[in-house]
Amino acid sequence: MIEFKNVSYYYNAGTPEQVRATKKLSFTIGEGEFVALVGHNGSGKSTVARLMNGLLIPQRGEVIVDGNLTSDNKKIFDIRKTVGVVFQNPDNQMIASIIEDDIAFGPENLGLPPEEIRKRVDWALESVGMSEHKRGTPFRLSGGQKQRIAIAGILAIKPRVLVLDESTAMLDPVGREEVLKTVMELKEKEGMSIVLITHFMEEAIKADRIIALDKGEKVLEGGREILSMSNELDRIGLDAPFAARVAGKLREKGVSLADNIYEIEELVRNIM
Amino acid sequence: MKAVSFGQYYPSDSILHRLDARMKLLLVVLYITMIFFVQSYIVFFAILIFAFALVLISKVPFLKVLRSVRMIMFLMIFMFIITTLFRGGNVGEVALTGDLRFPSIYLSGIIHASHMALRIFCLVLGTSLLTFTTTPVELTDAIERAFSPLKLIRFPVHEMALIMSIALRLIPTLMEETGKIINAQKARGAEFESRNIFKKAKAMLPVLIPLFVSSFRRAEDLANAMDSRCYRGSEGRTRLKQMRYRLKDLIALLVVVAIFFAVLVFRYNFFDFEFITYLGETWWGGSSDLPPPSII
Repeated sequence: MIEFKNVSYYYNAGTPEQVRATKKLSFTIGEGEFVALVGHNGSGKSTVARLMNGLLIPQRGEVIVDGNLTSDNKKIFDIRKTVGVVFQNPDNQMIASIIEDDIAFGPENLGLPPEEIRKRVDWALESVGMSEHKRGTPFRLSGGQKQRIAIAGILAIKPRVLVLDESTAMLDPVGREEVLKTVMELKEKEGMSIVLITHFMEEAIKADRIIALDKGEKVLEGGREILSMSNELDRIGLDAPFAARVAGKLREKGVSLADNIYEIEELVRNIM
Repeated sequence: MKAVSFGQYYPSDSILHRLDARMKLLLVVLYITMIFFVQSYIVFFAILIFAFALVLISKVPFLKVLRSVRMIMFLMIFMFIITTLFRGGNVGEVALTGDLRFPSIYLSGIIHASHMALRIFCLVLGTSLLTFTTTPVELTDAIERAFSPLKLIRFPVHEMALIMSIALRLIPTLMEETGKIINAQKARGAEFESRNIFKKAKAMLPVLIPLFVSSFRRAEDLANAMDSRCYRGSEGRTRLKQMRYRLKDLIALLVVVAIFFAVLVFRYNFFDFEFITYLGETWWGGSSDLPPPSII
């Protein structure tokens, strides 16, 4: 679906203030896969999101989406139809002041007939559970609700990959829960690939695969077992999930516990 | 469409609300043009009755409408006074103030000035009715469509409309942000409640600068979000809401055109009606350009 091949990206390239954001990054995202991209602030993870749909074009290496290079100007429209990116601040992603008009912005850009746009808007709002707010304004909604609207705006384009760039970072725990639940449902029902970019390790628990970045480089890649590598995660400025940390400390003290404990429920079940 | 919290829009389901926004735009233009052809009290009176009838139909509370007119009350009074003081009389007219060099007030001057004030009043009444019954979004949509022929001369109609709608959408967001910055500055001891205008203006500077900077960041984010949602200008773009003229739009147009015609007849008397000739010679039916009416 998405392939990164030795991707290096520099901000202000060619000037004295040149900053490297990613370094020889290589990985793939498969069809229907849920990948969590984790990293500390400044690890280059937001750059990766912008590289995925061609908002940024790498100076070295290539990003291939569904067989198309993001550097190919003629294919950029197809790439953005395939990869939908939801950003951090929902307030800055709204284009219209009425929710259904905002959701319709994407499909309108695709040049779909009005009946099809209507269908997609209704479907997208249904998928994120915001149908009853259709004709309202986003201003009075909570952060979690606003972010769900932003997701619906991308969904209406019907991308095959949904990229969430720190989309939960500004939300309270309830809002975060809301958004993650919505995303999981989309993966199950629509078979969408999900790329969740975050620095909350708790959010990565549900992922099929976890990729950890540090200073623009890939340092760890693998399944949930990464979450219990407290020392490695510490080194790149990340906290292992609470339950994994507790389990680790208990093991150090000689308590015998199962190997794969990441969620509080699992921990409780094992101790009882 | 409901619950748009800014602008003047008053949500209701009256027939005026349901008219096509493009048609309303056209009607307001016609109405404004018409007002400039009116030059007698009796016709102004008729127009006012018509306008107030529209307010009733629109179900917008009367007080709300009057409040929007109140804003230009000052302008009306100012223009009335200046015009009365400085307008010379008609040929052969004797000033009401006798032989005084200043002020020399003429009856025709007072009539003329009051016509002007009435004209402004009618203008504001009609146009505010448009903003009361049309959401900003509908309005920008209508403007985009009404001006779309300008695309032929490469005028960026779509871009202008998009800029307008984004500006409207950002108003509440920026207001909220301004509030936050003011609170943050207050927490640092800034003084906003000072009565001194200069102090107050100075205190606004540390509010405006952060607001300005963050607006740029917002603009960048918004541009990214728009790109991510496949935006590539007006080319190949379709719309969710199609605008269609309906029978009621046609009827509304006919009504306004008929009134316009009646106003023209009253002014130019195409058909040489005797009663119009008679009205033209009275102070309440004629214009201020005629020789001073003999009745007074």
